[in-house]
Amino acid sequence: MAECGASGSGSSGDSLDKSITLPPDEIFRNLENAKRFAIDIGGSLTKLAYYSTVQHKVAKVRSFDHSGKDTEREHEPPYEISVQEEITARLHFIKFENTYIEACLDFIKDHLVNTETKVIQATGGGAYKFKDLIEEKLRLKVDKEDVMTCLIKGCNFVLKNIPHEAFVYQKDSDPEFRFQTNHPHIFPYLLVNIGSGVSIVKVETEDRFEWVGGSSIGGGTFWGLGALLTKTKKFDELLHLASRGQHSNVDMLVRDVYGGAHQTLGLSGNLIASSFGKSATADQEFSKEDMAKSLLHMISNDIGQLACLHARLHSLDRVYFGGFFIRGHPVTMRTITYSINFFSKGEVQALFLRHEGYLGAIGAFLKGAEQDNPNQYSWGENYAGSSGLMSASPELGPAQRARSGTFDLLEMDRLERPLVDLPLLLDPPSYVPDTVDLTDDALARKYWLTCFEEALDGVVKRAVASQPDSVDAAERAEKFRQKYWNKLQTLRQQPFAYGTLTVRSLLDTREHCLNEFNFPDPYSKVKQRENGVALRSKEEVTRKTLARGFLQRVASEIKDNSGIDIILGVFPFVRELLLRGTEVILACNSGPALNDVTHSESLIVAERIAGMDPVVHSALQEERLLLVQTGSSSPCLDLSRLDKGLAALVRERGADLVVIEGMGRAVHTNYHAALRCESLKLAVIKNAWLAERLGGRLFSVIFKYEVPAE
Amino acid sequence: SGRVGPAGGLGCSESGTFGGPPAPIVFPWFGLDIGGTLVKLVYFEPKDITAEEEEEEVESLKSIRKYLTSNVAYGSTGIRDVHLELKDLTLCGRKGNLHFIRFPTHDMPAFIQMGRDKNFSSLHTVFCATGGGAYKFEQDFLTIGDLQLCKLDELDCLIKGILYIDSVGFNGRSQCYYFENPADSEKCQKLPFDLKNPYPLLLVNIGSGVSILAVYSKDNYKRVTGTSLGGGTFFGLCCLLTGCTTFEEALEMASRGDSTKVDKLVRDIYGGDYERFGLPGWAVASSFGNMMSKEKREAVSKEDLARATLITITNNIGSIARMCALNENINQVVFVGNFLRINTIAMRLLAYALDYWSKGQLKALFSEHEGYFGAVGALLELLKIP
Repeated sequence: MAECGASGSGSSGDSLDKSITLPPDEIFRNLENAKRFAIDIGGSLTKLAYYSTVQHKVAKVRSFDHSGKDTEREHEPPYEISVQEEITARLHFIKFENTYIEACLDFIKDHLVNTETKVIQATGGGAYKFKDLIEEKLRLKVDKEDVMTCLIKGCNFVLKNIPHEAFVYQKDSDPEFRFQTNHPHIFPYLLVNIGSGVSIVKVETEDRFEWVGGSSIGGGTFWGLGALLTKTKKFDELLHLASRGQHSNVDMLVRDVYGGAHQTLGLSGNLIASSFGKSATADQEFSKEDMAKSLLHMISNDIGQLACLHARLHSLDRVYFGGFFIRGHPVTMRTITYSINFFSKGEVQALFLRHEGYLGAIGAFLKGAEQDNPNQYSWGENYAGSSGLMSASPELGPAQRARSGTFDLLEMDRLERPLVDLPLLLDPPSYVPDTVDLTDDALARKYWLTCFEEALDGVVKRAVASQPDSVDAAERAEKFRQKYWNKLQTLRQQPFAYGTLTVRSLLDTREHCLNEFNFPDPYSKVKQRENGVALRSKEEVTRKTLARGFLQRVASEIKDNSGIDIILGVFPFVRELLLRGTEVILACNSGPALNDVTHSESLIVAERIAGMDPVVHSALQEERLLLVQTGSSSPCLDLSRLDKGLAALVRERGADLVVIEGMGRAVHTNYHAALRCESLKLAVIKNAWLAERLGGRLFSVIFKYEVPAE
Repeated sequence: SGRVGPAGGLGCSESGTFGGPPAPIVFPWFGLDIGGTLVKLVYFEPKDITAEEEEEEVESLKSIRKYLTSNVAYGSTGIRDVHLELKDLTLCGRKGNLHFIRFPTHDMPAFIQMGRDKNFSSLHTVFCATGGGAYKFEQDFLTIGDLQLCKLDELDCLIKGILYIDSVGFNGRSQCYYFENPADSEKCQKLPFDLKNPYPLLLVNIGSGVSILAVYSKDNYKRVTGTSLGGGTFFGLCCLLTGCTTFEEALEMASRGDSTKVDKLVRDIYGGDYERFGLPGWAVASSFGNMMSKEKREAVSKEDLARATLITITNNIGSIARMCALNENINQVVFVGNFLRINTIAMRLLAYALDYWSKGQLKALFSEHEGYFGAVGALLELLKIP
């Protein structure tokens, strides 16, 4: 009924090694600048949150001052690159067993310097129990926050900011998790939190939610009644017992009452007529496994039924499940999903969350940080600093499960600018950026993972080369190699660790790992050189006409590679459009990724071209050519997470043609994106395997022109 | 997977002769409801037997009548609920008493054997039976007892039975009742309820499992849902937790126990009411929630466990019934089924929970003949009483 005191798996087994195996400074990173702490203490797991700033190297480009010079010298670069320090905001979340709480608090105390923080937001049933310890160790005042309020705040936050946060559980499929694309409108939804009891909350807006019901039959019932029936004390062990039991030995099934499945009545004989019904009529012993299984079914079915009744009453079809009963346990996700499907006849969807265990801590943190207004920003999961979903298959014993989750991390980067949908998406809720789901497509998964492994040497070399003046570049590059290699191995084992696995997520993970070791832009030098070469050739190259027969319109173009591509490919195309009276919005990446041109580079390039070309010059002056940023730092593009400024401009100017260029943006992503206006997807296939798969040859050109259906 | 109720009924063959007046239905008149745990048998004892009839009455029929009416217990497990007997009833023009008998479903083979021994098949009577067991034991009736069962839809029978029994009353008293001040043991009163406007009605039948029906008229009803957490769950869990062997024993233990030692209440977590969500401190937050702790497991008695099991199952049924009533927009809820037999704790709790959580919008009603409506419905089918 209400949220519980006890949560967590209770798996702090005595046989477990109590020492912290990871170096603590890898777990509690960036503590030096930490501020705003929050803690969520459950029955066995503690979740700690803090906000910190990260100093990053970033490559900045700056135009040389050309005044007073008539012409450039032959080998002079077109602009200068300087590596500067930039400060970005990051949220750190750490989950660990309560056993470690004292050691962790000590570590934090020792490393916390210059903090202005005076209070720590605390939530969860254990917050009271550990209040004195926290206050004594950290010398912070403990501020208790309401459990459900925190949970819901946390839930809203992850649903808004983490693509592929929610997933459905599919029995017998590989992998069992199917991630949902982020729904642009997350409200209203039903949150069913299964702690020791069950709370059912209807969430209508960021601040409005209502307890609509609950049940006292929850995780505590499974645990408590299970302990009485089986003499098994630990929650995880009970689940393990249940996964091996046969409930039909304990439950009275329809076939026990009717003597078989009854065709005339359309009943399945396997339905449970009465839970524990056989233990009432037979004078016999029952196995622990069978009783645990029967109990699990009884509780899961009951919760699913109530959730469906509430969903129906409030006309909701999305129900998120959380709480320690669910937390990463395939056994309970399976039975809950079954129950929801059964009782709603498929009309209600049971959804689970990758970061379910963090919701309380995230919410408590947000409560404490309200004056910083964290909700006005967009945030992104940092793949380099997050552990990912460590699912344990039901075959794993409790000890193995517990060990795999000893320390779990989540890091969220605050993005410079808020991200929104491209207003021209045909149907935002059904938009899926990625063309191929590698979690599904085992063949493609294998290929791409190997491909990224093989390319790793080259990336490491390029990273080192990009910082010739740095003494520790080689050492950092090696750390990068190790980190990314490990990520790739994790993804081979658990493709669902960071949501749906795609070429985009593999590329993004690599960018995050590079940034982690201060290689913000390994391609900066390459891009600089190529842009220089291209600019010099521009004057000699005959203009190529790519566009044919466009009427006067506004085109929004999203661009990628630097050098020849942009200067000799895109600018001539843009110029052609401009000559035909078309206004052009040219959007480039906000941050560096591979050798893709960044917004700041595009500004310099445009400026230089304007110096040579009156058409581009006047277009820039008259704002018929607008250069903006996409909000992305990925080689791929998610049209549901675009810079708010770009979206506003698209709307304001009434863009009616979208040109998406490059393999990452037009093939790996958005190949199937449906828009409300005409679109052009352009790319050269630069990967032999992919070319073959698509039935073409290496360096074939994809030119996909689409007109929206009437 | 809840308990699923059958839908389309299997009609009986017409016994009336085509064209002419229907032939009188031969005695004995039985209605049988074979559930997962209990068999419910209603028997109409004609009291207006003429001397002529008496003369013609075959020996086996007479012996059945004598056996059933002169005993209150049959074998070691069969029981006649004498207090429920309906006197001076007129059925199909005959006057007589209606008897209510029950025995465990696992004694069904013995019952069939008795039918064989007493040569029932020679009476050319039709056995109208409902409940899952009508299907399960159909073959045994035929091969062992040489008896052809007429299988009837259990929900049809249930509704028919309830409406009929309510209409005839309870020997001059009201059949239907409710509780006033159910939570207050001093002031709690069982009061008659006049079910003069029965529709719409939510009917919650609590047997081994639970079926919930929305009834809009005599012939218009639907099964809304069901749950597998029913009387069988209460008794089954009590057997495992306390070692009790009968339903009566389980209830007796429950009456002496304290469930708050077993359950975690809202106040155990929040120190009082959880105001943010408007939850009272006395509400159960987690059934058996205290049993997560070893010390508390060691401190509870069997009686406490029996009480907690009863409270858990009852509250859950109340909660599902309330949600169904809301979804179906119905505000009177009738609870029937043998789980409620001699179970005042459960009835008062259902009455209280429904009233409290619906803020007085829902009324819990009960009926004296709790578990016998299916069997009565089967008898009415035999007699072709609409």
